[in-house]
Amino acid sequence: MSEFLLEMKNISKSFSGVKALDGIHLQVRRGECVGLCGENGAGKSTLMKVLSAVYPYGTWEGEILWEGHELKASSIRETEKAGIAIIHQELMMVPHLSVAENIFLGSEISNHGFLDYDAMNARAQELLAKLNVHDINPALPVLNYSGGKQQLIEIAKALNKDAKLLILDEPTSALTATEIRTLLDLIKSLKAGGLACVYISHKLEEVAEISDTVTVIRDGTHIATRPISDLTTANIVTMMVGREMKNLYPKEEHAIGEVVLEAHNVSCWDVTNPDRKVVDDVSFQIRRGEILGIAGLVGAGRTELVSTLFGAYAGSHKGSVHLDGREITIRSPRDAVKAGICMVPEDRKRSGILPIIGVGHNMTISVLNRFAAFGLIDEHEELAQIQAEILRLKIKTADPMLPIASLSGGNQQKAVLSKMMLPDPRILILDEPTRGVDVGAKYEIYKLIFALAKAGVAVLMVSSELTEVLGISDRVLVIGEGRLRGDFVNDNLTQEHVLAAALGQSTQMA
Amino acid sequence: MANVNLRKFLSENKIVALLIVVGLIWALFGYLTYNADTGVSGFLTARNFSNLLRQMAITGILAAAMVFVIVAGEIDLSVGSLLGLLGGIAAILDAVYGWPLAGTISFVLLAGAALGLMNGWLTAYLGIPSFIVTLGGQLAFRGAVLGLTGGITIAPVSPSLRYIGQGYLPGWLGNGCAVLLFLVLLVMAFRTRRKRLQHNLQVPTPVMEAVRLVVIALFILGFVLVLNSYQGIPVPVLMLLFVLGIFTIIAKGTVFGRYIYAVGSNSEATRLSGVNVNLVKMVVFGLMGLMAALAGITTTARLAAGTPSAGFGGELDAIASCFIGGTSMRGGVGSVIGALVGALIMASLDNGMSMLGVDTFWQQIIKGIILVIAVYLDIISSGVKRL
Repeated sequence: MSEFLLEMKNISKSFSGVKALDGIHLQVRRGECVGLCGENGAGKSTLMKVLSAVYPYGTWEGEILWEGHELKASSIRETEKAGIAIIHQELMMVPHLSVAENIFLGSEISNHGFLDYDAMNARAQELLAKLNVHDINPALPVLNYSGGKQQLIEIAKALNKDAKLLILDEPTSALTATEIRTLLDLIKSLKAGGLACVYISHKLEEVAEISDTVTVIRDGTHIATRPISDLTTANIVTMMVGREMKNLYPKEEHAIGEVVLEAHNVSCWDVTNPDRKVVDDVSFQIRRGEILGIAGLVGAGRTELVSTLFGAYAGSHKGSVHLDGREITIRSPRDAVKAGICMVPEDRKRSGILPIIGVGHNMTISVLNRFAAFGLIDEHEELAQIQAEILRLKIKTADPMLPIASLSGGNQQKAVLSKMMLPDPRILILDEPTRGVDVGAKYEIYKLIFALAKAGVAVLMVSSELTEVLGISDRVLVIGEGRLRGDFVNDNLTQEHVLAAALGQSTQMA
Repeated sequence: MANVNLRKFLSENKIVALLIVVGLIWALFGYLTYNADTGVSGFLTARNFSNLLRQMAITGILAAAMVFVIVAGEIDLSVGSLLGLLGGIAAILDAVYGWPLAGTISFVLLAGAALGLMNGWLTAYLGIPSFIVTLGGQLAFRGAVLGLTGGITIAPVSPSLRYIGQGYLPGWLGNGCAVLLFLVLLVMAFRTRRKRLQHNLQVPTPVMEAVRLVVIALFILGFVLVLNSYQGIPVPVLMLLFVLGIFTIIAKGTVFGRYIYAVGSNSEATRLSGVNVNLVKMVVFGLMGLMAALAGITTTARLAAGTPSAGFGGELDAIASCFIGGTSMRGGVGSVIGALVGALIMASLDNGMSMLGVDTFWQQIIKGIILVIAVYLDIISSGVKRL
């Protein structure tokens, strides 16, 4: 038996002449967790697609050894059979099917062609119990469970297929802190039981916590593979970006002026469950040139709060908003943009980009009338503005007419930011502005935020990354279970402080 | 490698690929209808070309607006019945009440726009899926036309109305239009060039530009000369070209057009960008109703009568034309010119097969197969699955 469970040797893969992977190595021992790090577009996902035969054998160069034998899989089914399971960043669950049906999707237990629900439910229960999960009912539809629980169901599904290697691609990007804890502990216990895993994440603290070795790739090339004991997160970042990141947050002095926006007693009710209050009587104000961070756990009601201000919340809500001391009514995003309030939404793919439309046209969609006379667009004036913006925000695209979906996450996000900056807003709401964005692009987004504040824009930023909130905010609002739990000036404020505010009082309530 | 380049070229210039298909179909029918005694093929005569274009005019007018509906991510199944209803109203106003032509046309166009806006309002503001709204409309409008006409043909309509469907432009006027069109294109080419230079954008070399304009000029010249050698440009064809021009400008050059494509690409993101998505959708249906009215008037004029079955199945021809012309079922992608070439392909098949005496049932079977093949070819040529 070979020392390694998996050995990928010298893997190269090109897309129409462009090398996405260039001689990558990856080795995983039994019971080992390998952290795979790299910026967006570095080639992590491509590498995993090669491994799982999304790109079948023959479409790439190099060699994959699985338990010492060469693996020449031509479909995902074959790699799954061999024992490789991938859990994607976006969960692949069928929401209306039950937990058990999802776990057994493609490998149903049947009796003469009829599904044996009892057997499937019992086996699902068993699998979940093995994961130390006892509060999931296998007979209920998956949509009843949160992202974190669904993640666990995915793992149960992988275990059912006798996976020997589990690949987790950004598994925690949509999880709450408690859910992340549960997941990391679970991975550790699975590891102790002999399961190997590849952990892909931008959250380096998590990588550091559970990995035994870390492989860093950059621009499709292999940079380093080292045991975690030799590394610090700072080392990893340096290797990922290929330069020293001295300061993650390019803080710039900016003057804070008078109050521009005040929200009074905002309450929102859940869209699907109208009796559940998701935001409960929140009031706050924000000043000219101020960066106001909104911290809190996922599901605390932050997104609901800001989308209500932007007129985009679908459920029922009440409360009043004052702009420059005068009450305003915002019924739709259109009203908001007109009033000078813009928002970059949380879910870029679902509500940020117009995927098949050009990058440039994505950027100008909110300000088209600026280039138009009698409804006719002056394309040349528009294009000139687009090119200026692309240069200013350093958006990497071969052509401004290229569909935005073909760009990397960071560049897509920059284009969406540009779209919401072009209307010259007085208040800019950013909901998770750096989610799924690589370190380099993050830095540039922070720089933009500071530039905006300097120009007098009030920036309201929702973020689940506490370091980010503390790194750039002037003031921090903490929301917990829909209520305002704290309003702190960001002066010697610590993560513990903020977390305590978000959690501590909620335990008092219970 | 050459193969890859060709594929890339065709997927970027879908319209060229479609025109090649038209050429192949014409060559096939030209060969099949060749008469050795007279030395001419029946399909490739000026007369038949003129007929062919007149036949596609009505489907083409519907398809031009249907592109917008489909690009916006919706569907309109009611246009065939709506065409019948509005054509019937035109016939009644003209033949029974003797309204002046201008009055009849304005009333019918307004009614069409209003009914279209109603479809749009039900879809966009009340949130009823357009498939359901317009399926209901298909039944209701057909019922209304049966009720209005009492199930009988309304005839005869006035000669002035007939001219819209059956008339031809005199040769000098046709030539005049062609020259005017070319001058407009010439001026636009110069303006674009100047503007691009002004903003420091790339411009094609003067030689390339000149070649492009000469090709366009030859195309227009050939088109007009062929039609003039028969009876002139048919009035419905002129209308169709006019619709093509207007709708292409809307699609490519206006704020509203950009919004249609944005809504089809991601309506939620468009809404969050501050665009009134509901209004855009409603107006798209309004335009569809307006074009159904124009097609209805033309149908009545062409038949010189209002018949209760006019436009039956017209929505399917229009939708098929859009899909053959490269419009995506998922919305966000499609061009007006593509849809019209799609309509031309359908009309060519109809015309050629009729000329060869192919049974109607075979014609339908073949058209159905061609639709599926055309969309499949589009899928493999663009290298991405559209569904």
